[in-house]
Amino acid sequence: MTQQDCLILGGRAFTSRFILGSGKYSLDLIEAAVAKAGAQIITLALRRINPDGQANILDYIPKGVTLLPNTSGARTAGEAVRIARLAREMGCGDFVKIEVIRDARYLLPDNAETLKATEILAKEGFVVLPYMYPDLNAARDMAQAGAAAIMPLGAPIGSNKGLSTRDFIKILIDEIDLPVIVDAGIGRPSQACEAMEMGAAGIMANTAIATAGDIPAMATAFRQAIEAGRTAFLAGLGPIQETGAAASSPLTGFLRD
Amino acid sequence: MTAKTDPMTYLPGMEIIASTMLDEVLQARSAFHPEAATAAQVRRALQKTRLRPEDFAALLSPAAAPFLEEMAHRSRMVTRRQFGNAIQVFTPLYLANHCENHCVYCGFNSHNPIRRARLDSGEIEAEMKAIAATGLREILLLTGESRAMSDIDYIGKACRIARRHFKVVGLEVYPMNVEGYARLHEWGADYVTVFQETYNPDRYETLHPAGPKRVFPYRFHAQERAILGGMRGVGFAALLGLDDFRRDTFATGLHAYLLQRKYPHAEIALSCPRLRPIINDDRINPKDVHEAQLLQCILAYRLFLPFAHITISTREREGFRDNVISLGASKISAGVSVGIGGHQEDAKGDGQFEIADTRSVREICDAILGRGLQPVMSDDVHPA
Repeated sequence: MTQQDCLILGGRAFTSRFILGSGKYSLDLIEAAVAKAGAQIITLALRRINPDGQANILDYIPKGVTLLPNTSGARTAGEAVRIARLAREMGCGDFVKIEVIRDARYLLPDNAETLKATEILAKEGFVVLPYMYPDLNAARDMAQAGAAAIMPLGAPIGSNKGLSTRDFIKILIDEIDLPVIVDAGIGRPSQACEAMEMGAAGIMANTAIATAGDIPAMATAFRQAIEAGRTAFLAGLGPIQETGAAASSPLTGFLRD
Repeated sequence: MTAKTDPMTYLPGMEIIASTMLDEVLQARSAFHPEAATAAQVRRALQKTRLRPEDFAALLSPAAAPFLEEMAHRSRMVTRRQFGNAIQVFTPLYLANHCENHCVYCGFNSHNPIRRARLDSGEIEAEMKAIAATGLREILLLTGESRAMSDIDYIGKACRIARRHFKVVGLEVYPMNVEGYARLHEWGADYVTVFQETYNPDRYETLHPAGPKRVFPYRFHAQERAILGGMRGVGFAALLGLDDFRRDTFATGLHAYLLQRKYPHAEIALSCPRLRPIINDDRINPKDVHEAQLLQCILAYRLFLPFAHITISTREREGFRDNVISLGASKISAGVSVGIGGHQEDAKGDGQFEIADTRSVREICDAILGRGLQPVMSDDVHPA
């Protein structure tokens, strides 16, 4: 490769397009994700940080990896803003993934509150990555409010169902001039690959690897799938040969002069 | 004669808005080399459901000519998917032909010895009554570009009268500031069309030796000002044949595309005029835009901007227009008279160009129905 193809977020370049979610973390998972899946960004829930206590998530994250604190647990924009500020205070950097969820059953993001938090935190200099339901108007507003990327969900979080929102994510990719990182729902490498072929800028996953039979092997498979999808997108997909589509009489027979 | 003004410099009173669109369009236009496109790029563009500007460029290139039939098939499908069977019908009404510009290709050129006229309120009323009686509910009001003879109040009065007879009022008049558009919107206009003529600034300068129209960027930003003024939709066009039509079509489509991205609520329309014979001026002849090339431009527009209205001009012959509404156009003018007061027995002023399709509203509607499509007279509700 002559020129490195990087994911740019908040002015920083990442060669990996895989973001690891750590909600179902274990030492095995995080090691595998970094070593085998090449993850350079790992999210962490501020609420899981347990300074000087047992099972502190920070102890599991290797140096050199960019932390992406998330605001999980927030039910309103105000709570998300508070969590983001706390994360920065604690030295977690100024990246933040906004998650505002006030639905305990399906864990679907609240776009309206997420937008409000995006606006406030972008103004405060955070690199804001809003996790959102793939709605074009909301995505436009978040971009306008200063988001660094858009993170639409592929399917309900933890469902491993893949790209249930495929058509809507495609619209975001076509219309939003920011990286679109598919977050939540990606259950298989083939689904990650498909999203990347469509032009997604990156994939965030957690459950798919955390619940696999062989965690390091699945981490490797995800890296390969994401790279394959990205390469295919950059290469430009070849034509699908349609059969039987040609009409018997030409449509352009009327042309003169 | 006074020294020529710089066409890229605004004149006093011309509002400047913050926009990077002009640079983007001009850069992309210069970077587009139609001869360099390949058949593989055309094939790839034809496979996509959502085209990028580079795909649009490929479809406008000579390499796409052998794919015209395939483009027509795809365009027909995309058009029906977007618009169903509906074809909107409207007519233009020329209010005045006074003009302060010297566009060398235009019949209204202020040096051209044509009969000048302007309709007064009573005449506008009479013309509109006659037009409304044909069943039309959408009207496009046009003037020559004379800020003195057709000032904003004059156009506004015409809009008010139009609102009594029509549901949809569009304007094709000289570019103005945001405030002017806001006033006209309040008086009943919803749509503004401005032809950039050519997106090649050098050629533009040569073709517009004097008059306010000479200011290229003020004209370029007219659609954006119209949207800022509250208009619902805007129309774009290059007069194909003035310069390299492939590059001008590319720039027109890109201009519309960028505006729509910046203002997602804006409705977009495209017109596809090519040069036709002009009264008292036979120096300019369309050299390269034959029907096949014009159709290629229309189909490329449709595939690049599936949501945009495409209007097919009365400058084109009946057979061409009837086929094009099946393949990509979504809007057609009917019962057209380009003279001033042309819907009465005697026109009092000369027209801008000659039309090729003189059919009445009834005849056009029959032609639409005959192709299994549905004429639609109105598709909008003015907010006020």
